[in-house]
Amino acid sequence: MTSTVDAAPYTVEEVCERFDPVMGLEVHVELNTATKMFCGCRNEFGAEPNTNVCPVCLGLPGSLPRVNARAVEGAVKIGLALNCQVRERSGFARKNYFYPDMPKNFQISQYDDPIVFDGYLDVPLDDGSTWRVEIERAHMEEDTGKSLHMGGATGRIHGASYSLLDYNRAGVPLIEIVTKPILGAGVRAPEIARAYVSALRDVIQGLGVSDVRMDQGSMRCDANVSLMPTGTTEFGTRTETKNVNSLRSVERAVRYEMGRHAGVLLSGGSITQETRHFDEQSGTTSAGRPKETFADYRFFPEPDLVPIEPSAAWVEELRAGLPERPWERRARIQTEWGLSDEELRDLVNAGVLDLVADTVEAGAPAESARSWWVSYLTQQANTAGVEPADLAITPADVARVIALVAEGTLTNKLARQVVDGVLAGEGTPDDVVAGRGLAVVSDDSALTAAVDEALAAQPAIAEKIRAGKTKAAGAIVGAVMKATRGQADAARVQSLVLERVAAGS
Amino acid sequence: MSDITRSDVAHLARLARLAVTDDELDVFSGQLDAILDTVDRVSEIPDDVPPTSHVAPLTNVLRPDEPAPSLTREAALAGAPEAEEGRFRVPRILGESQ
Repeated sequence: MTSTVDAAPYTVEEVCERFDPVMGLEVHVELNTATKMFCGCRNEFGAEPNTNVCPVCLGLPGSLPRVNARAVEGAVKIGLALNCQVRERSGFARKNYFYPDMPKNFQISQYDDPIVFDGYLDVPLDDGSTWRVEIERAHMEEDTGKSLHMGGATGRIHGASYSLLDYNRAGVPLIEIVTKPILGAGVRAPEIARAYVSALRDVIQGLGVSDVRMDQGSMRCDANVSLMPTGTTEFGTRTETKNVNSLRSVERAVRYEMGRHAGVLLSGGSITQETRHFDEQSGTTSAGRPKETFADYRFFPEPDLVPIEPSAAWVEELRAGLPERPWERRARIQTEWGLSDEELRDLVNAGVLDLVADTVEAGAPAESARSWWVSYLTQQANTAGVEPADLAITPADVARVIALVAEGTLTNKLARQVVDGVLAGEGTPDDVVAGRGLAVVSDDSALTAAVDEALAAQPAIAEKIRAGKTKAAGAIVGAVMKATRGQADAARVQSLVLERVAAGS
Repeated sequence: MSDITRSDVAHLARLARLAVTDDELDVFSGQLDAILDTVDRVSEIPDDVPPTSHVAPLTNVLRPDEPAPSLTREAALAGAPEAEEGRFRVPRILGESQ
């Protein structure tokens, strides 16, 4: 019984000289439905504690759950995107356990008839190869409440003298996606774990059914790891590491557990089946509660909910509407737009790839669309402290602004003012142009008058231009631009200045 | 024949957070044995009969994803033995089973 003693971790290379790792990854994804899984309380992140609760999600006597149709749709979409079978008849079950994060003392989940099962995800790895991760099942359940552990030194559960519960999250639709055992990964196990979670995140983001924000807990990963001596086929005892809240942590947690297991096993100890907590700071894990055995959950069919039978026609409709795989879409866009790897990465990291794509779809040239979203609009988003996608301007608006510049109605400078107007809620780009009177002054007679005026006001400069020093025209152009409040096309003004001087003005 | 032991009863009682006396362990193990024997008659039904989890012939009872009013926080917390900072206050979580 040495499992709680942290033996010196071995590197994965050292581990794999003696053992084969076996991984199982359980990923929980909160759906971004408007309401909870079984009641009409709002599903929102960051609300005041216990303001999105009702008799159903508080488990008050006499309340009855009702299934959120859109959550079922989200679950089926995720299943289809993971190449799963959709079960013709699927039911809910009660998972019984006493823990204050669920006020009912059970969680409504699915037991032996999950809505989707038997799929796979072909995961792209950094070296360009693909690793197929087999999916065991994905099932619907409800999220738990959030606990604050009080009185302990670190806010951790250990040493806390009491806990405070917020049930806003209790009942939020949750999809748990479980892999089959991942075998044969060897030293690449930590990398594959990370790549799988990353690919899964991208796929689900593409479906639009979840925010998949690991930092906010809308995507969470539990990593099961065990070791078996090289050449054997019987799985070793596994541990389940929870609290793995970033892609990097997934990789580190698997690496640490592989090393720790090897340390325990090589020193003659045995692994205890238990839950372990990952510590982001140290990159290590520590023992949590001993895992209840599966039978201890005493699953039984949820008497308050009748079975779900997705019709074949509906499933096919959802299948037909599945988006491209994000990495395939990226590869296609990169080729179509002729982007370098770096340019593509910038778009993805800035969170604007889809926005640019939609802007191009709305008729803008790729180069202009990219430039607007990567620079000016990203700046505006940063200033406002929001994601570019949350700015109050649509890709169609941006495409319209680009078109107005291309046809000469707007200069780039004016275009930015139009965008500012749209962001400020002044309407469409055309509304802003009309409302603010921003169109380029392209009426030559008005411009000519302004040029003549400027030349008359600065005779010394006019003389220089006349003497062939065309660079001096800049001062006149500046004066005209100022007089027209920037609404003239500077190049046009420049040529007008030279024309008027030549004409003897 | 089922074979419910005193330790099975003690384990189930702990999972259900029930306090059971030593005498009751004997009583309940005998009673649960009899109950399980009775329920076990279900296994006489041929395997090709699907299990019945619900007697109502209903499926797909779904609700549109539309918000409905929640309780006020005051109302939600009104039945709580203890509340603090707008949250339900509960005794320490770990420790009882370790």
